[in-house]
Amino acid sequence: MTARGEARLWLAQRAAGILLALAVAVHLATILYAVHRGLSAAAILARTRGNAAWLAFYLVFAAAAALHGGIGLRTVIREATAWRDRSLDLATAAFIVLATLAGWRAAAALFA
Amino acid sequence: MNRIDWRARNHPAWWAALVHRVSGILLALFLPAHFWALARAIEGEARLESFLRWTENPLVRLAETVLVILLAAHLAGGLRILALEFLAWRDRQKTAIALSAGASLALGLCYLLNVF
Repeated sequence: MTARGEARLWLAQRAAGILLALAVAVHLATILYAVHRGLSAAAILARTRGNAAWLAFYLVFAAAAALHGGIGLRTVIREATAWRDRSLDLATAAFIVLATLAGWRAAAALFA
Repeated sequence: MNRIDWRARNHPAWWAALVHRVSGILLALFLPAHFWALARAIEGEARLESFLRWTENPLVRLAETVLVILLAAHLAGGLRILALEFLAWRDRQKTAIALSAGASLALGLCYLLNVF
């Protein structure tokens, strides 16, 4: 990848990181709230189903996490192994797309 | 690793970087598993419920607590990196690292106390 491309990945990683800093703080608070209330499928789904605001939050959160995680794994692989050609970039893109779709599927299952 | 190499690494900022990297790798690998588990809700409430009952195993609860600590540590460490890269340099880097570690462990303890 060109130096410009690498710089763009670095910026995308940081932009997603800033968004995730807010989202993860909300997520951690939600986790503590949910486990405090007790985890039962009926109680969780009663709170989540049909909640459009939380659906929107988790659609953005899942995509940002997939992007941040994918670029981060690529960085670690490039630094720790000899794998750094175009196939790594394609594998990174595949991870980001598949993880985003899986996250959206999970968000739809809970909140739609 | 010889003694001098080790001495260069045995430093709070090096440990903070290591924790950030290891927690990042583990969280990225956990992400697909997390999404897969939550998507069980598509198959109905009963399927999600049976998965949630499985997570009541103390070993799973312990693993979840470790994940919460990793997530909190990655958040705190990430804020530290963003501050390093985008804000003016400040002294007291070790204080920032200590606060990050303390906040992450406190959050893990909160989770542990709530979940059992």
